[in-house]
This record gives sequence, C-alpha cells and structure tokens, in this order.
Amino acid sequence: MFFLDHIWLIPLFPAFGAAMMFFFGRKLQKAAVSAVCVGVVVLAFLWACGAVIQYNAWQVAPEHYHQPFQKILYTWLGSDTGHLTYTTHNGTQADFRADAGFLLDPLSAIWLLFVTGVGMLIHIYSIGYMGHEGGYYRFFGYLNLFMFSMLTLVLGNNYAVLFVGWEGVGLCSYLLIGFYFHRKSASDAANKAFIVNRIGDAGFLLGMFTLAWYFGSLRFTDINHLARSGQFQMGDPVLTAAALLLFVGACGKSAQLPLYVWLPDAMEGPTPVSALIHAATMVTAGVYMVARSNAIFVLAPNAMKTVAIVGALTAIFAASIGLVQNDIKRVLAYSTVSQLGYMFLALGVGAFAAGVFHVFTHSFFKALLFLGSGSVIHAMSGEQDMRNMGDLHRRTPITHWTMFIATLAIAGIFPFAGFFSKDEILWQAWSSESGAYRLLWLIGVVTAFMTAFYMFRLMFLTFHGKPRMSHEVEHHIHESPNSMTMPLVVLAVCSVFAGWLGVPHSLGGSNRFEKFLEPVFAKEAAPLFRAEEPSQLAAGKKEEEHTNPAEYALMALSLGLAVAGWGLAWKVYRNADKGYVEPMAAKVPPVYTAMLNKYYVDEAYDYVFTGRRKVGSVRLGAMGLGEASSWFDARIVDGTVNGAGWMTRAFSTLSMWWDKWIIDGLLVNGPAIVARMLSYPVKLIQWGLVQWYALIMVLGLLGFMAAEMGILVWFGWIAVGVLAAIVAYFVVRLIGRRAEKSRGASAAAGAAGAGD
Amino acid sequence: MVPITPIHYLILAAALFALGTIGVLTRRNVVVVLMSIELILNAVNLNLVAFSRLWGLNGQVFAIFVITDAAAEAAVGLGILIAFFRNRETVNVDEVDLLKW
Repeated sequence: MFFLDHIWLIPLFPAFGAAMMFFFGRKLQKAAVSAVCVGVVVLAFLWACGAVIQYNAWQVAPEHYHQPFQKILYTWLGSDTGHLTYTTHNGTQADFRADAGFLLDPLSAIWLLFVTGVGMLIHIYSIGYMGHEGGYYRFFGYLNLFMFSMLTLVLGNNYAVLFVGWEGVGLCSYLLIGFYFHRKSASDAANKAFIVNRIGDAGFLLGMFTLAWYFGSLRFTDINHLARSGQFQMGDPVLTAAALLLFVGACGKSAQLPLYVWLPDAMEGPTPVSALIHAATMVTAGVYMVARSNAIFVLAPNAMKTVAIVGALTAIFAASIGLVQNDIKRVLAYSTVSQLGYMFLALGVGAFAAGVFHVFTHSFFKALLFLGSGSVIHAMSGEQDMRNMGDLHRRTPITHWTMFIATLAIAGIFPFAGFFSKDEILWQAWSSESGAYRLLWLIGVVTAFMTAFYMFRLMFLTFHGKPRMSHEVEHHIHESPNSMTMPLVVLAVCSVFAGWLGVPHSLGGSNRFEKFLEPVFAKEAAPLFRAEEPSQLAAGKKEEEHTNPAEYALMALSLGLAVAGWGLAWKVYRNADKGYVEPMAAKVPPVYTAMLNKYYVDEAYDYVFTGRRKVGSVRLGAMGLGEASSWFDARIVDGTVNGAGWMTRAFSTLSMWWDKWIIDGLLVNGPAIVARMLSYPVKLIQWGLVQWYALIMVLGLLGFMAAEMGILVWFGWIAVGVLAAIVAYFVVRLIGRRAEKSRGASAAAGAAGAGD
Repeated sequence: MVPITPIHYLILAAALFALGTIGVLTRRNVVVVLMSIELILNAVNLNLVAFSRLWGLNGQVFAIFVITDAAAEAAVGLGILIAFFRNRETVNVDEVDLLKW
C-alpha cells in the first residue's frame, strides 16, 4: 500500500519542480531544468501507476468492496471546535469542514493516469520544442505548477480541494497562454481565458455553496451517500439549481457554449501548452467535475437535459467553424470544443462511462494532433497558416504518419480509439430513455461527418498537395528531433490501442472500461455504497447484455459518414495548389464568411458584454455600465451635491433677509421706534424745571387729601384756583424762557456754558 | 373783641403754609425758595405748638424736633446751593435743568 498511502505525494512532485524553478530556475542550466521538471512528472506518473495498481488490489477486499480510497492529511478548512457550524436547509446544524483529503476511485484513477501519462510525454516533447526559446525555466515551472493543480483537482476528496485545483489550472492557463507576454495578442488571449473561466467559476462556487447548504458537507462520499439514499425526489429543484450552477462552471472550464470563446484565442500560447492544457487535461476538468457529481445530476433530469443539449449544440457549432479555418491550431482548437461537446452530450444522456471513455481516448489523439501540429510549425519555421503549407509528408514522415493515425482516431474510423468512444456516445444518445434524445443523436452524427471532413482537410492541406510555401521556408523543412517525435509515436500507439479497453459487447468485447467505472456511476438512485456481491452489481447494471441490432446499423452509419468525410476531403483538397479556393467560398460566400469569422460571436460579446464597441451611441456591457455609472456620478450625484450647496446658499439668503428685516427691523428696532414715538408726548413732562416737579408733588398731595376727606370743600376750590394760576404762570414763564434761550444762543456765542 | 380760638391759629398756619408753598413753586431765586421752605416749616411749628396747649406737651416736643430738622436741612440746602453756584455762576432755579430731556 506504499504508493496508495502516499498518494498525496503525486501532486507534490510537480509542485516541488515548480518551486525549484521559482527559486533557482534562473541560475540553472537548461539541462538541469529539463532534468528536474521532466523528472518530477515521470516520477509522478510512475507513482500514479503504482497507486492505481495497488488500489485495484485494495478495492476487491470485502470490507471496502468497490469503495473509493480516501486519505485525509489534515483539516484544511473548518475546525474541530465547532466554530464553523451553519444551518442547512432543513434546520440541522452542520459543521463546515473541507479536509486536505485525497480520494482514489476508478474515475480519478483514469484521470490520474492519463494526466500524468500525457503530461509526461508533453514535458518530454517540450524539451525539444522550447529548446531554442527564451524563458525555458519559466515555461517548465508553469507547466509543473499546472500539473500540481490538475492533480490536486483530480485527487481531491471534496469540492473545496477540487476548486483549489480548478482555480490553479485556470491560473496556469493564464500564465501559459500569455507566455509570450510581449505580444499583445497573447496577453489579451490570456486575460480572455482567465476572465471567461472566472465567469464559470462564479457558477461553480454558487453550486458548491448550494450543495454545502443542502447536504451539510462538501465531501464527495458524504454527498453521494446522501444523494443515493433515496431522501431526495427526482427533479428536486434545489438539486437542479445546484447541478445547473456546477454545469456553468464546467462550461467555463471546458469551453462549452457560450463560454467557449477563450479556447481558440488560447492558441496564442506555445503548442505544448495547447496540447496539455487545452486538449488533454484542463478542459477535461469540467467533464471530471460533472462525472464526479453524477449522483446529483441523476436526480435532476432537467439539468441533464440541459447538459446534453448544450453539449450537442456546442459540438456542431464548433465543428462548423472548424470547417473553414486556415490556422492549423485554430482548427484543432475548434475540434477540441466540438469533442468536448460530445463528452457533455454523453454525460447529459446518462452515459457517464461513455463520456469518460471519450475523454480518455480524446486526450491521446488530441494531444498527438497538437504535438504533431507543433512539429509541423517547427518544421515550417513558425508558419501556422495551412494555406502556406503542403507536401510535407515526405519531408516529415514521422509527424505525418502519427498525425494520420490521430486523424483516423478522431474521425472515428474502426479500429482506432475514437471509433469506440464516439460510437458508444452516439449509441447511448440514440437509445437512452427510449429514443428521447434522437435529435441530439442526429446532431452528433452530422458533427461526426464534419469532424472527419475538417480533420482530413487539415491532413491534406498540410501534408499533401503541391507545396505552397516560400523557398526559404522550404529549405529549412526538417523532421523534428527525437525528444519531439518520441512522444508522438507513443501517443500514436495509444491512439490505436486505447480504444480496445472499451470494446462494447455488440462487437464481442467485454467493455472493460465501463465495468471499471461501475462503482462510480450508479445508474439508479439505489444505494450502491454498501458492500454488495459482484453478482448483485451485475444485476444493477443496464440489462443490455444482448445487443440490439440497431446498434450495428448505427455503427455502420457513423463509420460510413466518417469515410465519406474522408473521401470528400480527399476529393477537394488532395491537389491543393497555391491560391486554392475553398468550395464553400465559391458556392455560398456568405455562409463561408460567417463561418470564417466564427459567426461573429466575439464581436457580439464585444458589443453586448464588454462594451468595447458602441451600439450606435450607447455603450452596453461592462464598459457601458462604467460609462453609465460615471454619467450618473457626474450628473446626478454631483448635481445633487451642487444642488445641496445651492439650496444652502438660497436658504442662507432667505435667513439673512428674515434676520435683517423681520427680526432686526420689526422685532428689535420696532419696539424701540414705538417706544420713541410714544415718549414724545411723555418726555414733555421732564422740563428740567425743579419747581415744576415740586408743583406735581403738591398736586399729588392735594389729591391725596381730597380722597381722604371725601368731598371737595371751599378750601379745596381756593387751592385749585391758586394752583391753576401757578400753572398758567409757569407756562408763560417757560415760553418766555425758551424764546430768551434761543435769542441768547444765537446772539451771544462767546460766554458758553456758565452764565445767565 | 372775638376770643382767640384754635381756629385762628389754624388759619394763620394755613396761610403761612400756602404762602410758603407758592414761594417754593413760583420764585426764581434759589435762596428765596429755601426761605419759603423755612416758612412752610415754621407754619407747621405754629400749628403744633397751638395744638399742644389743648392736648399735652407732645406738640411742643415735636416742634423742637422740627426746628432741629429744619436747621439741618437749611445747612444741607445751602451747601447744595453753594456747590451749584460755584459750577454755574447763577442762582436762577430755571438754570437747574441738567436732567432735561
């Protein structure tokens, strides 16, 4: 159990390589870089082989029969003290925990093997391909980091660890697509890949949260156990939502409609990157995740229908674009998108094993195609446009023959690998749910024809026909070095024989592949995780032991269409000379132009989602939102602020007026004015004459006396008369005094102040 | 001959009082005003003494108080008059009008 117990070392080997490159890469020789980085991946592959072999032996023991092997190192997220409890959908308390755990079951074993295997071959190839490039250590460091992330993704035992790997491969994809960062197109493509991936990641995260909330745990074993326990109904809305959200993540990572736009642009990266990441491994992460969540998808038939429809549409859409592309890598990129569509079609109709089988075989022949195209580009001194190639088959024989084998495989010609896997998918699409998916089968069949056609078009334009390249390039054509051709040969061998692992019963095989995957994909929502006898397992399988004659008919049909595609391509492109004309361009120019321009999807995204270009005078999308926000801020928010300022000033003016005229004028000065006006008659009493004051006193005394005495006696009348005379005398005296004063003041100004 | 009754004293005192009052209110010379004030006070004294013959010695005692009071008041009044005269060089009561409006 040594390899199995130390399964956690498998991702750490390439992580070590990446760390070495990070710290010491710049100072190392190229040979040292190659030795370290390729060596760790070889080590990882060997270790993976050991682990899978040991797992096979381990899982037949009755106490853990067909159970996945788990190894938990430590609790990464969550605590043992119960601080991260949360309430699930039915009110129970769940403890959030995501361990640094590793899980090995047949599904992850398959991925482990081909990721490390194909990765190893591509690392070896890169020694030759990147040998003359700058940034050698950086390239291998990033490749190793990618291997670490991908292996984390595949080996994780819960969604959180899977997501770590998911994000890691997205990051490495960005770093590697933008490897030639001096080129703007490359860095733009890297940004595009990461951003579109991120959109998918948002859906993935939401799906993950839904699952955590619904199941109370993120571990695959817990979720599968609960999902298969019969607690949940078919078509459960929360599960449908979670499945669809996870599928959004898969669309982003595995380039399905509408999030496929990054993959063709990702061809800006070096060819080994395209082979590893965008053909064999990263783009299959979405398929892995959906396959891993099959317990949830099985409970959500609407989600599965969506997966199947999106897969089928993507397949035919991308294939139609690939028919007319002129860049050799673009054709292969669209072919990848199309084949991924096939895989999702398989998963959607419920044929999980068939989808995984296609992933397995596709990784070999697609990696081979990309590496071969890299070899061609290497031979053509960097030329990638097929219009300028031709007649290479004699000059680069190994490349030619290996790519030919891969083309046969992808076209689905018997007995190469692609035939078995693609045929299985098409048969499942035809027969699942008693023919509900026949339309999707039709789409798949048409796509198969297109696939054969454009792949053989690629072969004929590149390797046959008349040479269309310039003379200097023609001089330099040479076969690639051994480090590059050896992986091509190995992959070609795999492309021939890998399909034989999954020969269906109808052709006399035992379909070992599907049987191997049985513990992972329980067809019904029946608890398959209790230890059961092998015979019971066989009974739980679909009862397709006797073959349907329709299967042979369909097999013949798809084979015939593949050969027809080959034949058509041979007829059209066999003798392609300089300035050859595409038949579609001649006959239906508008269709041709639309396909050549990828149906203007990128431009549509420019208008609608990014807002890089205006629609009329309005800018939509993210930049349009920015424009709208800035307009809002400048006009409305600032306008409000300015308005508030204006209002303050208006109010203050009003206050000033109120204060000046009403408060000061009316209320403060007013009483003063009134008092002054009222005092005019009153102050006449104060003449400054002392004797007048004394007179008033006497009058008062008399009045007092009269009141006491009650009646006025004759004495009083005399007194009144006398006093009236005195008053009259005073008035005369006062007037005289006033006149005298004014005369005195005007006449004698000299004696001022004292003086009479 | 008519016998002298207290009525006669009252009438005399009243007449003197009236004359004094008119003098205070009418005369322009401050000294004359002060003299009129003395006249008033003496009229009151006459009244008090006249009625003390009827009703006991209280009247005479009070008259002594009034004389004392009158003397003090005359002193103070003359002091004010002299202070005023030193400022204004006049004894005309019409000139005492600093508190005019």
